[in-house]
Amino acid sequence: MTSPPKRLAGVQGPLPASAELVIVGGGVMGLALAYNLAVRGQKNVVVLEGSYLASGASGRNGGGLRQQWSTEMNIRLMQESLEICGAFARDMGINVWMRQGGYLFLMRTAETRAQIERNIALQNRCDVPTRLITTDEARRIVPELAADRFLAASYNPTDAVVFPWPFLWGYAGAASRCGARIYTDTAVTALERRGPDYVVTTGRGSVTAPRVVNAAGAWSPRVAALLGLTLPDWPARHEILSTEPLKPFLGPMVSVLESGLYVSQSTRGELVGGITMHEPKTNEIKLGSRLSFLGAMAQGLVEVMPLLGEVKVVRQWAGPYDLTSDGNPIVGEAPGWPGFFLCCGFMGHGFMMAPVVAKYYALHLLGLETHPLFERWRLSRFAEGGTEAEGMIIG
Amino acid sequence: MPRKLILCRCEDVTADDVAHAVATGFQSLEEVKRYTGFGTGPCQGKECLVAIALAVARATSLPVTSLRAFTARAPLSPTELKQFAALAEEPEPGAALSK
Repeated sequence: MTSPPKRLAGVQGPLPASAELVIVGGGVMGLALAYNLAVRGQKNVVVLEGSYLASGASGRNGGGLRQQWSTEMNIRLMQESLEICGAFARDMGINVWMRQGGYLFLMRTAETRAQIERNIALQNRCDVPTRLITTDEARRIVPELAADRFLAASYNPTDAVVFPWPFLWGYAGAASRCGARIYTDTAVTALERRGPDYVVTTGRGSVTAPRVVNAAGAWSPRVAALLGLTLPDWPARHEILSTEPLKPFLGPMVSVLESGLYVSQSTRGELVGGITMHEPKTNEIKLGSRLSFLGAMAQGLVEVMPLLGEVKVVRQWAGPYDLTSDGNPIVGEAPGWPGFFLCCGFMGHGFMMAPVVAKYYALHLLGLETHPLFERWRLSRFAEGGTEAEGMIIG
Repeated sequence: MPRKLILCRCEDVTADDVAHAVATGFQSLEEVKRYTGFGTGPCQGKECLVAIALAVARATSLPVTSLRAFTARAPLSPTELKQFAALAEEPEPGAALSK
């Protein structure tokens, strides 16, 4: 007889009357935070997920992990996140199909190149080995590239891709084993301040806690609105497709900076990628798939690698980015709402940042250590006007 | 049912894999799809969805009629990228095609 399988999904059932800390959102950010708190001894952590694990953006993204950012803090955070991801399979006992094939950014204009050269100098100072390379060198890395259509490329061999879903199960399983309780199909319908506590109401009953973390991603403005708090982030549909599996041929994630196209080959052999589709700003969360995306993405892919015209698309889907006006997230305690914490606005890049952000968020909540991200990404900056914008938002 | 019986032929998902997914806590077809990979290959579930639904119903003791099919994904069948590329009217990738 083998031992029974470890439980990796959430549970359904009545909520406890009270908790020390309630996390709204069972995406990678909420689950990683629950794990990082519980493993450091925080008792009575409850995670509330409105649907199933991997139902939101954490289960719909391209799984990219890169250190090619334009601000020093993001570069250093992603260096550490990549280290955590590299040890994840061993530490959490689940395969995340991580493949360190690098990231190759293609660029068309001198303006882009000037910005990328500044980014590379900063990345090199942080010991990220990114290089600006010629299109001929790019073709040596990816022989299928139509490199003459581009001016230059930036290449960092230590960037990586992962398969997103097992991250959620890994964090959920480990958090549960440390005592956190994760409820799925448990949407929050009301939030109310009562004395020093918050009463969080769901379809499975209410739970009262002195501290609540809003880690609901694109749904975070709706969660905050239940309290009467208006957040400045907004949801944006991002579409993505997957092809039939091919023999491994594509080493790095390939991305075109001007169009926001990105494509990588998963360990299953499929090509997975998306492209920027300009949409009017809205508060609606739209997850429908469109033929116009297939057209734009197919044209972009065939332009970058002409032989891909023969490759078949197997499926397309969409996920919601959670956007802010300066390309930076929103974290920390909401001014005027003691005990109500924000962990949202991750610009479609929350998946790659969650492992490291959740670690520092847990240390912050436990009062053990704080990190400059809590100053830089505070909510009040939007009113004060003063955080350096992040330029490397792709897709 | 033989444990090694393959229910999803695209992704080699067996009856045993489905029982394991349910025992691990995944009860809905959306979750079992993600945990086992069933329905994510070239047929996109057209061949295997009913067989898997019956296996999930057996493992969970839920009536099969209580299980919701997972969200169907376009395209209807695997289609070459060049067919979609030919639809694009704009010369620049990234330009919105829907007017």
